[in-house]
Amino acid sequence: MAAELHVALVAADREVWSGEATLVVARTTSGDIGVMPGHQPLLGVLESGPVTIRTSDGGTVVAAVHGGFISFADDKLSLLAEIAELSDEIDVQRVERELERAKAEGDAAAERRADVRLRAAATR
Amino acid sequence: MGAQLRVYKRRIRSVTATKKITKAMEMIAASRVVKAQRKVAASTPYARELTRAVTAVGTGSNTKHPLTTQAETVTRSAVLLLTSDRGLAGAFNSNAIKKAEQLTERLEREGQEVVTYIVGRRGVAHYNFRERTVAESWTGFTDEPTYADAKKVAAPLIEAIEKETAEGGVDELHIVFTEFVSMMTQTALDDRLLPLSLEEVAKEAAPKGEILPLYDFEPSAEDVLDALLPRYVESRIYNALLQSAASKHAATRRAMKSATDNAGELIETLSRLANAARQAEITQEISEIVGGASALADATAGSDR
Repeated sequence: MAAELHVALVAADREVWSGEATLVVARTTSGDIGVMPGHQPLLGVLESGPVTIRTSDGGTVVAAVHGGFISFADDKLSLLAEIAELSDEIDVQRVERELERAKAEGDAAAERRADVRLRAAATR
Repeated sequence: MGAQLRVYKRRIRSVTATKKITKAMEMIAASRVVKAQRKVAASTPYARELTRAVTAVGTGSNTKHPLTTQAETVTRSAVLLLTSDRGLAGAFNSNAIKKAEQLTERLEREGQEVVTYIVGRRGVAHYNFRERTVAESWTGFTDEPTYADAKKVAAPLIEAIEKETAEGGVDELHIVFTEFVSMMTQTALDDRLLPLSLEEVAKEAAPKGEILPLYDFEPSAEDVLDALLPRYVESRIYNALLQSAASKHAATRRAMKSATDNAGELIETLSRLANAARQAEITQEISEIVGGASALADATAGSDR
């Protein structure tokens, strides 16, 4: 059996996704980081951005994550985020409206959040 | 129908209506407790992972942070009190308020200045009535708190603790909330949130003396701790808000259950009294008829002779 890592993507109020994966790519404050089984223990701060999880059955799960942490030890990886959404949970039309509103109001944080959501949704 | 009987009937009707209302409220509260408990359970994975991460940084590096270092002399403390917006929950709010007042008294005896923050309309009303100053208060979400609400509450508290004491900041942060032990037991308790003692957190995270791996920090241990601690406080406050909500619903359920039971008893007593009144009325009517008939019989017997 190929080496696997157990991934838990947890938002503040629920567990968004959990399962086995072979590769997880996330964006930390110092750049994108890819974690494969056997990686050394890691604890990092996440930027808001898309997280890509390559599951062990060959599928890909993409989630939009807004701030949080990545922690990895003993082939167990947890992604902690205040807000996390899977790409197929994202309502593209609503996010586009949000993006327009954020641009109109000059709310940079909201604009960035909407942008991350859209990019995550575009990959499905 | 006699006047007394009518009065009893009317009271029975009104108590029956009250019983129906309290019964409905009991059932609503019961379903809300379950929902609130589910939310508490859903928030635990995040809290658990966060606690693990905090412990990992705390034990894996020698970083000093204002949120984890104990001030030499504590001059000012913040107390966050969690109450509910609505009453009808037995002693739920008064217990929490009493606990907060005991804590305030203790801190003041130690020579500290206490700054109070309140969540929930009941607590706000209590403090306003006594004209005590409240630094900040929040209302409107105590029944179903969301993580955004917890963030809103945590923000000024974290800001206050990061400020220097001389500039109006606080040294310690205490929280008073009602812990949801079980459906029947909820206890008001106070807890020191900050400064965080990493040893205690470590005990909580790994009670079996499990050794945490040596982490590689990205970008650095200080930065990770900087980002982690506010989140940790937010998650603790969120958990307290959720427990408080679950406790409030459980207390409401219990209060409404005893109200329903009382109404049932009252109806029973009143029906007994109403029955007795009806019986007395019937007895009196019969004796009046019999009395009248025998008087009539006596009168006709007399006129025959």
